[in-house]
Amino acid sequence: MDCSHVFKFKVNRLIVVFALFLAFFSVASPAFAQVDSAVVAQDTAVVAAHAEEAAHGGEHGSKKFEPTKVIMEHIADSHMWHLWGHTSLPLPVIVYTQAGLDVFSSGNFHHGEHDYTSAKNTYRLVEDQVKIVGADGQIDEAATAHLYDISITKNVAAMFVAVALILIVFISVAGAYKKRVGKSPKGLQSLIEPIIVFVRDDIAKPNIGHGYAKFMPYLLTVFFFIWINNMLGLVPIFPGGANVTGNIALTLVLSLGTLLIVNLNGNKYYWKHILLPDVPWWLYPIMIPVELIGIISKPFALMIRLFANITAGHIIVLSLISLIFIFETLAMAPVSIAFVLFMDVLELLVAFLQAFIFTLLTALFIGMAVEEHH
Amino acid sequence: MVGSIAAIGAGLAVIGAGIGIGQVGGKAMEGIARQPEAASKIQTAMIIAAALIEGAALFGVVVSLLGLQV
Repeated sequence: MDCSHVFKFKVNRLIVVFALFLAFFSVASPAFAQVDSAVVAQDTAVVAAHAEEAAHGGEHGSKKFEPTKVIMEHIADSHMWHLWGHTSLPLPVIVYTQAGLDVFSSGNFHHGEHDYTSAKNTYRLVEDQVKIVGADGQIDEAATAHLYDISITKNVAAMFVAVALILIVFISVAGAYKKRVGKSPKGLQSLIEPIIVFVRDDIAKPNIGHGYAKFMPYLLTVFFFIWINNMLGLVPIFPGGANVTGNIALTLVLSLGTLLIVNLNGNKYYWKHILLPDVPWWLYPIMIPVELIGIISKPFALMIRLFANITAGHIIVLSLISLIFIFETLAMAPVSIAFVLFMDVLELLVAFLQAFIFTLLTALFIGMAVEEHH
Repeated sequence: MVGSIAAIGAGLAVIGAGIGIGQVGGKAMEGIARQPEAASKIQTAMIIAAALIEGAALFGVVVSLLGLQV
């Protein structure tokens, strides 16, 4: 009896959540006038608005839909964080020019429609690139060449969200271990502990062997950072939606971390294997360059793998959404939503798998570098 | 025209990966069927091999993506 009561309560709550969800999108959908949302679920609402528009010949007239352009816009970084409709969260633009450092809000660009004049320069946003405008109103290419854009873009902001999330979770879990020494885990602790044990027992121990503990902090950081960012990338509404792990700069930094850790911890056997391999001496001119390329190519493959997997996933989801615009009919929507749902579930698996693979291969490379020969 | 050639490139890359991952998966299944107690070890090795093959295929996809943009 108790059980049925609880069940009923849960069902009620589910209905309320679902109703709110529907209400949100039915209110929001007329607001979407063009396809510039950064997120997938919003895309479905955009789809409805856009398809309607296409059918009625809308105010945008017969503007042709270009799937490639829309998809590339969605997976790229941006100077503002799109929320819904025409509402975007302005993010700080930080540029270093010949005149010095300049910091202002990207809201000043009004979605790229206005120029912004600071004390030092006039800036214009062209296809999401900050450019310097000269006195004649044209883009000053020479000055723009010396412009270094170190803005807090959407990806950076999303990364901050992920880092905050990781800190909140892990500081509370670490605190729980200090407070509850010798007791069984509780709450969030019981969720995180099996994952940490999984990383230790299934990734670090078998691949690194003796002395694995030294590398656990790096492996855990990489694992949770990639996993959480992958999953936030799948969340279509505000704190998620940025294509963080599908950004080659981020995966480059992650793989540089692996490159440094592997090579700084490499022992004499590792370096002997590279510089003086056990082959006839006349093979050295071939073997040594190949081994040296191997040092770079292993992290390079890690970088491309993560980047390409996540980007490919996002492109597939967005292409399926784009089908509706390509066929210009709402009848396509159920088909495309069904496929998108399937892909999203698959992406959930890929999100975990890629974090796992990255950590596993890092552990494998570390293991090869620290292996003792007898 | 460039777009369709890039698509052919991506398709060719996927054929290779399909054959590769198919082989890995099939052999892993055979291995698990012979020795069910080694299933977890075989699975780990299978995932590593599949990821490496997939990496090679994704190189191809990335190159064709770059070809599309140029």
